[in-house]
Amino acid sequence: MKLVAVAAGLSTPSSTRLLADRLAEAARSELADQGHDVEIQVIELRELAVAIANNLVTGFPPRQLATAIDAVTRADGLIAVTPVFTASYSGLFKSFFDLIDPDALPGKPVLVAATGGTARHSLVLEHALRPLFTYLRAVVVPTAVYAASEDWGSGGDKYVEGLPARIRRAGREMAALMATRPAGATSQDDDTSFERRLSDLRFD
Amino acid sequence: MQFGIFTVGDVSTDPTTGRTPSEHERIKAMVTIALKAEEVGLDVFATGEHHNPPFVPSSPTTMLGYIAARTERLILSTATTLITTNDPVKIAEDYAMLQHLADGRVDLMLGRGNTGPVYPWFGQDIRMGIPLAVENYALLRRLWREDVVDWEGRFRTPLQGFTSTPRPLDGVPPFVWHGSIRSPEIAEQAAYYGDGFFANNIFWPKDHFQRLIAHYRERYSHYGHGTPEQAVVGLGGQVFMRENSQDAVREFRPYFDNAPVYGHGPSLEEFMDETPLTVGSPQQVIDRTMTFREHFGDYQRQLFLMDHAGLPLKTVLEQLDILGEQVVPVLRAEFAKGRPSDVPDAPTHASLIAAASSANGVTAA
Repeated sequence: MKLVAVAAGLSTPSSTRLLADRLAEAARSELADQGHDVEIQVIELRELAVAIANNLVTGFPPRQLATAIDAVTRADGLIAVTPVFTASYSGLFKSFFDLIDPDALPGKPVLVAATGGTARHSLVLEHALRPLFTYLRAVVVPTAVYAASEDWGSGGDKYVEGLPARIRRAGREMAALMATRPAGATSQDDDTSFERRLSDLRFD
Repeated sequence: MQFGIFTVGDVSTDPTTGRTPSEHERIKAMVTIALKAEEVGLDVFATGEHHNPPFVPSSPTTMLGYIAARTERLILSTATTLITTNDPVKIAEDYAMLQHLADGRVDLMLGRGNTGPVYPWFGQDIRMGIPLAVENYALLRRLWREDVVDWEGRFRTPLQGFTSTPRPLDGVPPFVWHGSIRSPEIAEQAAYYGDGFFANNIFWPKDHFQRLIAHYRERYSHYGHGTPEQAVVGLGGQVFMRENSQDAVREFRPYFDNAPVYGHGPSLEEFMDETPLTVGSPQQVIDRTMTFREHFGDYQRQLFLMDHAGLPLKTVLEQLDILGEQVVPVLRAEFAKGRPSDVPDAPTHASLIAAASSANGVTAA
């Protein structure tokens, strides 16, 4: 199985990448326990920033970006992680997904996650990321993971699980969806013959 | 093999001088460029059709009729005629009239247009782009081939007992190319009718156009018009040349960097690497163009985009001199080598008349 994680963090090293790695590993180990062999690929959008801008201008992806888009499209599961910028996903994150064919992700299991300086932005996952992937007709796992800076140095309390527990839960949910999805399930348009198209138009 | 130029007809500011030509200047420049194309030995001049600034050619047959009167050999064509938003009745009439005035030196390339609002401006729905292209073309074909047409379709007023005038010259309609940047449906349409297929081949990487052309060739054969290798393929291309390739790059770079469509995006070098754009010496243009045959198979028509992005008329005319004197003669000789004898040339009025009379002869016998 192919699991692709898209990380839109801009610093190196980035906590967004760190969260993407942790989530991917959680899903992988869960699937491994069930006997699935999982290959993980992480795509850092920072490395594709200029290519993404060029694609927006020219209408076609430069080669390295085409390869990344292809990997996302073919993945059995997708993990999408963005830093929170100005109350939403980052512009780079959105621009990348603007370049994905709207028909490329239907039914694909997607785990959404975000990072930020403060936990006050955590609903970005629910009001921005989840609707984005719902529009793309992906299947978004119930648990979305938000990691504030403080989460990297604190545990849970009696109301909330700590970050590692939330990562494990999200990984389990992702693994369950990926395991039940038929291998290589993708949408394919029928090659409708031109005669059929003509008859559809009710010609004389 | 035919060689020629196609123009978008954009009025663009020259980024090196800040000067913008008037519409009048640009229209006159397009005519000068067409006449130059014949003078330097090119075969085809094709004009775009647009209905919004900064483009001037809204009325292709007016322009082509004027050029027809001032040329002897040049084939006059379009790139493209909007089959979606023009009334097919008016296309049938206008291009038949042009065909008579030009003594048959006319073909046309149908396309769907590049500006969304053109659909509502002309009373159409952009979501119906493909069905409009399909139905309008089916009507256009009948108007040229049947003297009296009864017609009912989805998109235009029914016609009862309608005769499109003038009738096509010598009873032979102009050859039609279908141009497409992204739609396999249009490649399918071209294949269904055994018409030509033209791939713009400018803005996107070649593998995209390879898929479209491979589909067209395969379906051309499927519909019984010949082998895949006999399908009628045209390609665009975009070049800028100087004797010394560094001079070409230096001179063209500001026009590239500020060009409509791809300006302000990738570097000239990246765009040359990823698309068929060639900026360099005439020999580099020859070498690059020769690769088109490797990628797309033997083909029938090569059109170059030469006058855009604010290039001054003087520069464009110099480019046409280089194209006509140094590039095209070599390409003609090279493309002829190893070309299978059963790969046809692009249809012309004369060849279509010959084909029609031999078909009639077979029927009579």
